[in-house]
Amino acid sequence: MLRLTLRNLLARKVRLAMSALAIVLGIGFLAGVLTFSNGLGSTFDGIIKGSTPDAVVRPSGTESFEQFGIGNSTTLTPEVVEELAALPEVARADGTVDGLGMHLLDQDGKLIGGHGAPTIAFNYAGTPNLLDEPSLKLVSGDWPDGPTDVVLDTGAAEKAGYAVGDEVAVIAPSGDSIDNVRKTLTLTGTAEFNGGGTAGATLLIFSTQGAQQLFLDGRDAFTSAGLTAAPGVTQAQLVEAAETVLPKTYEAIEGDTVAKESQAAVGEFLDVISTFLIAFAVIAILVGGFIIANTFNILVAQRVRELALLRAIGASAAQVRRSVLVEATAMALLGSSIGIVVGLGLARALAGLFRSVGLDINSSALELTPGTLVLAYLVGLGVTLVSAYLPARRASRIAPVAAMREEAATPGEGSLRRRGLIGGAVALLGAMLAALGLLDAPGPAAAWIGAASVLWILTAAALSAVLGHPVLVACRAVFGRLFGTTGRLAAENTLRNPRRTGATASALMIGLALVSAVGTLAASMSATTDAIVEGQFEADFLVQGANFQSFPTGIGDDMELVDGVGSLSRDQYTPALVEKQPTALMGVTPTFTEIYDLDLIAGSEQLAGRQALISRDAASEYGVWVGDSLDLAFPGEQKAEVEVVGVFESTVVVGEVTVPLDVLSEVGVKRTDSSLSINLADGADPAQVQAELEQVLDGVPIVTVQDKQEFADSLKGQINQLLYMIYGLLALAIVIAVIGIVNTLSLSVIERTREIGLLRAVGLSRSRLRRMVTLESVTISVMGAVLGMAVGLLIGVLLRQSLADDLTELSIPLSNLFIFLGISVLFGVVAAIIPAVRAARMKVLEAIATE
Amino acid sequence: MPTTSGETRTVAASAHDLVKVYGKDETEVRALDGVTVDLYAGEFTAVMGPSGSGKSTLMHCLAALDTPSGGEAVVGGTPLGRLKDKDLTQLRREQIGFVFQAYNLVPTLTAQENITLPLDLAGRKADPEWFDRVIDAVGLRDRLSHKPSELSGGQQQRAACARALVSKPAIVFADEPTGNLDSTSSAEVLGFLRRSVNDFGQTIVMVTHDPVAASYTDRVVFLADGRIVDELHRPDRDSILEAMARLTPKAG
Repeated sequence: MLRLTLRNLLARKVRLAMSALAIVLGIGFLAGVLTFSNGLGSTFDGIIKGSTPDAVVRPSGTESFEQFGIGNSTTLTPEVVEELAALPEVARADGTVDGLGMHLLDQDGKLIGGHGAPTIAFNYAGTPNLLDEPSLKLVSGDWPDGPTDVVLDTGAAEKAGYAVGDEVAVIAPSGDSIDNVRKTLTLTGTAEFNGGGTAGATLLIFSTQGAQQLFLDGRDAFTSAGLTAAPGVTQAQLVEAAETVLPKTYEAIEGDTVAKESQAAVGEFLDVISTFLIAFAVIAILVGGFIIANTFNILVAQRVRELALLRAIGASAAQVRRSVLVEATAMALLGSSIGIVVGLGLARALAGLFRSVGLDINSSALELTPGTLVLAYLVGLGVTLVSAYLPARRASRIAPVAAMREEAATPGEGSLRRRGLIGGAVALLGAMLAALGLLDAPGPAAAWIGAASVLWILTAAALSAVLGHPVLVACRAVFGRLFGTTGRLAAENTLRNPRRTGATASALMIGLALVSAVGTLAASMSATTDAIVEGQFEADFLVQGANFQSFPTGIGDDMELVDGVGSLSRDQYTPALVEKQPTALMGVTPTFTEIYDLDLIAGSEQLAGRQALISRDAASEYGVWVGDSLDLAFPGEQKAEVEVVGVFESTVVVGEVTVPLDVLSEVGVKRTDSSLSINLADGADPAQVQAELEQVLDGVPIVTVQDKQEFADSLKGQINQLLYMIYGLLALAIVIAVIGIVNTLSLSVIERTREIGLLRAVGLSRSRLRRMVTLESVTISVMGAVLGMAVGLLIGVLLRQSLADDLTELSIPLSNLFIFLGISVLFGVVAAIIPAVRAARMKVLEAIATE
Repeated sequence: MPTTSGETRTVAASAHDLVKVYGKDETEVRALDGVTVDLYAGEFTAVMGPSGSGKSTLMHCLAALDTPSGGEAVVGGTPLGRLKDKDLTQLRREQIGFVFQAYNLVPTLTAQENITLPLDLAGRKADPEWFDRVIDAVGLRDRLSHKPSELSGGQQQRAACARALVSKPAIVFADEPTGNLDSTSSAEVLGFLRRSVNDFGQTIVMVTHDPVAASYTDRVVFLADGRIVDELHRPDRDSILEAMARLTPKAG
């Protein structure tokens, strides 16, 4: 029996290959995603562990601000560092100077990095890491020595086209005019983290003196320090000893704790990426499962006679079932093995994609782990066997006499009705879940609707034979009119076995449901963005940094002098604890009321001195109202108390808590700008003023000047970028779905050899035969697309409803839906190429006449 | 060509020294080994012979379903050898009608749609008068809207015959049209084919191994080992059986 099974496999090489392809793609995606995630994790782990010393001395309370990055001017004196170094528990203490807002320009004056991974700037201190190795590896040249020396990471130096000895242009974070913001340094060497690479971050490494000039206006001080334990001293003992000499504004933290903090911070971001990618792998595998099940169903149906003959000559039901399952196992093993190899390639491709957006993954980290290997095979086998089980069971139930009958394997209408009833009930359950979600059930409404969506998609897949019927009938009418008999025959073919058509279309349906749902959300997001910008953006121009980084105040100073600038308002976002909770605090100039059209609920919007304006959400969160006071805390034990003078309706354009910029300066927050809003003077020409503002930025390409429309477009551009990425990932599910159509059509064509022969005999030309198969394929894909878009639209609209607080506008991307339909038709045509050519080449005329 | 009856008859289709070889070298089979025959218009001809005698191959070559290895097949004055697939398709659609042993109807179409299929494919309308005559002759008027699965075997074959006739082809090829039918249904189908020759002047060529079926025809051509070995005119069952008996030793 086993030998027979293997013979069968060999005899059906092509069909096997087609079904295995679905497994290959699904498993390939899974293995690729897992390998990529592992590589991502180990890249960051290597960097974090390789660059953290035994203990870190840093401003008190830093971990609360970690999510924002630090931007304060609290410092350590060199004396404290010397005292630290003198402790018997300390082998060495190195003062560190680092800061935000450094930018590297390439030879042509263009910004390097600036999106995705950060630019990290610090002094070279040579502190060893946790493992007593150097934190940084010099790749070429020398470490920086003089005040104008700089070392870049190898990747950045290469990207910017700098060689050792070249002059390097950088933009410093501070400076009171554009002219002294731009600095020229000399490249003395290139380096990278000891853990390997930089994960795409741009490194700027200065001498201590150079860093002090850039970040501390030349003061001899440090922002933090790294400690190395003396032999035999534990991290805990090291920290305890250090605390004895530290001022109140500083604290010492064990290296392991710092590494864990960093891992947690990075991990959160990495988890999002991994979960996101794995979700798509699951979708791909689910779609692949549909195709495998469908292929086995058809194969079993075609082999009814053969299987019945086996039964008649004495094979038991179990033997027949086993033979089908063994076939599936062989296919799963083959498909998974190839899939894993494909996955490795995919992981590299993903790494390349992420590299292009600035996240560099150590390619040596992209290796198969045993866990990935085991999981890939388990999922591959599991999905294939589950998918093949029902067809196998059906095969084993074929009565031996079926060998003598013509058509035995077509299941009755009864089971379709039962399926309809069960499916209807499940869909109803989904509707109830969705209703609960919209009617304030506990938990996020989107989660309820998400659960309902899963039920709906599965129901629609199971019921596609019934639900899709009107679509098929419509296609018959349309194609019949457009293509005459050929068109009608094609549509009739899809109607003759609605289950098979449904199962084939389901794969495409799932893909399009997701695409449409995501498309609806994205369109609503864009519409909401438009509405917000339209309603609340009052400035003529907005100046913002790349990646929303802050920039030197000198830029604003110079812009204020441009002719035609009426008023200029500055914002600075800075991390702070408001009532002990971490928040991004917004500092503003008094002119901000001219820019923002706030919907004031209580009090006044005039800010001065130690006062604050807060949003309605913040008011209820902190339990304060006009006249109450708020406690603010900043890194380095700096505190301030402000009085609430106004409460406004929450909006995304203004921070929750807004204070005058003076409050920030008083507590030692270094002044930079996060954004500038500019209003034109009366009668000024907008185009000319914008050109002049951009002129100011010549040589300092770290911010952009945008008008209202450009600002809205740039926000929408970001939404679209994410949208296209999701579309790209969903395209894989759709490719798998197309393979499913190819499979079904190929098998249907083989099954109908004699009928096709008859049609050819009575006068169907080869080209019209090809057209018939193509139209059949298009009918299947249109049905999948229409069902998918209907389900997806429903899900998208409901999800938008559940997020109505943030997504105030609903927008249905009609033109996109038509494009999806068009693409589906195109996919249908593409899917039909192989089966159509095969049908046209078959020696059908002899087949019909001889039997 | 002089004929036994003395009238001048039009040739509807003919084979000239037709050769069809399958396989190569040792496995070579000469299914047709130089067959020359004329098939006359308005005549009902049967092609008979033992299994493997080449009778089906001859029909396929004449009906433009298969290409011969040598010689020439001519239908309605058109030599088939130089025709491209597109022209062959058109020829089959317009000049030739087919009735196969089984699987004659497209399962997704109704009886009426099946009958008019060659016309629909050619983009032509059925001549309503002619259509009615054919439908009445096959007795399927009340079955026109049924799908093939709702028709009996005999009804299906009669629908197939109607389809073969409705486009008024120059010649109808029937390949064992009664092979799958019981004797009553066979008689209906053969009776209809006979009447269509008598009443409509239709030319029909039928491949069969059934002497009863062959006895409905005007002329029987016997094939053995790829060659024409005998011919009968106005045959009856006994003379056919006699001729077949003479063939048997040769056929082995």
